[in-house]
Amino acid sequence: MNQQDFAYLADVLRRRSGLMLTEKKTHLVESRLVPVMRRFGFRDVGSLLKELHYGHEALVQAVIEAMTTNDSSFFRDRKTFEEFRDIVLPTLMVDRAESKHLRIWCAACAAGQEPYSVAMILEDFKLLAKGWTITLIATDINSQMITRAQEGLYSQFEVQRGLPIRRLVGNFMQEGTNWRISDSLRRMVTFRTFNLLDSFGWLPDLDVIFCRNVLMYFDHKTRLSVFDRIGDVLAQDGALLVGPAELVSGLTIGYAPSEGAPGLYYKTEPVPLHRRAAGQRLDRIPA
Amino acid sequence: MKTCLVVDDSRVIRKIACRILQDLSYETEEAENGIMALESCRRRMPDVILLDWQMPQMTGIEFLRALRSEASGHHPVVVFCTTENDVVHITEALGAGADEYIMKPFDREIIEAKFAEVGLVMAQR
Ligand SMILES: C[S@@+](CC[C@H](N)C(=O)[O-])C[C@H]1O[C@@H](n2cnc3c(N)ncnc32)[C@H](O)[C@@H]1O
Repeated sequence: MNQQDFAYLADVLRRRSGLMLTEKKTHLVESRLVPVMRRFGFRDVGSLLKELHYGHEALVQAVIEAMTTNDSSFFRDRKTFEEFRDIVLPTLMVDRAESKHLRIWCAACAAGQEPYSVAMILEDFKLLAKGWTITLIATDINSQMITRAQEGLYSQFEVQRGLPIRRLVGNFMQEGTNWRISDSLRRMVTFRTFNLLDSFGWLPDLDVIFCRNVLMYFDHKTRLSVFDRIGDVLAQDGALLVGPAELVSGLTIGYAPSEGAPGLYYKTEPVPLHRRAAGQRLDRIPA
Repeated sequence: MKTCLVVDDSRVIRKIACRILQDLSYETEEAENGIMALESCRRRMPDVILLDWQMPQMTGIEFLRALRSEASGHHPVVVFCTTENDVVHITEALGAGADEYIMKPFDREIIEAKFAEVGLVMAQR
């Protein structure tokens, strides 16, 4: 891959997915593109990249998917899930006691470990049995990840990272050496392929947003834009959970960290009218 | 320094496990079957036991039952580490008082993750 090809690929990736490529990663990039090259029948990575110029959509999507880093695990960064269980959820159960409706979004869900971890905690609280309606939406730009997440089938290695053994036997069915998530948990989550660069217009108002370990791959401007638009769909008293090492405050106005709870943010002020797209959810803005 | 007793009839597995545990700042002891493990525990009770299932003389589950009938409560913490990778065995182990369960093959990451889990189990008690 020559420098020109690399620069073009980096540009397509940045524009289409927000992902940043640095020259240092040339080798990694090539090895990730080889499967795409084979799948689409190219001789070498160079000719694949030339074809990219014609904007063939399936190819662009495949290249983007190949370049995403999808590592995840159940209850990754356990502290985040403890904050969700001990702070976010109890507060919302009081605040939403009337509507009994909770709306949660995992914005970059990889193979589903994050939303299923959330679902397990919701099940611990027996919310469905208590008459609550749960909207749990999980999205990722990578359609292969979404397919995997919907299947809910995990290797022995994957279920041994972060998942307590009692949760494994309680919530999964063994299939050979793999483990499949229970139907009741799978039914709680709605999966969809979605690019964080696209419009959030289809999303409902949300009480909790998990946006973890994805914005770190984006450039500054893209991060700002995502946080800004998250503010548009997050309820005024809603909670935003990011990775423990990901900074939100300073990056964007409108969020304040929770003391003693790294990665947990609440909105500080109503999002000003002029920053909203016309006609978008104006009903939610406090008078 | 916390102590971990590694019980496995394979010398190689004991060696690999001990090396990982030492990296995690554990002082390690070894035993190659349940009887030797019980003797080791009577001499000096470890904080954690990493326990294989199939071993000559006394199996892991027999050892665990004997241990739990001697010592009170859930000390020491017991983590199975075995190729018996099915729900029936896991359930039996938990019923006998195991705290966590590693399905072989294992690696450093899995031991670390499972030991973190065990830390949580103790903290919640
Ligand atoms: C490292 S994983 C993090 C998964 C999970 N949130 C966690 O913390 O374990 C990052 C995920 O972000 C997804 N991603 C990258 N760019 C994206 C974009 N523009 N829109 C949506 N998802 C994206 C990747 O496909 C990948 O699955």
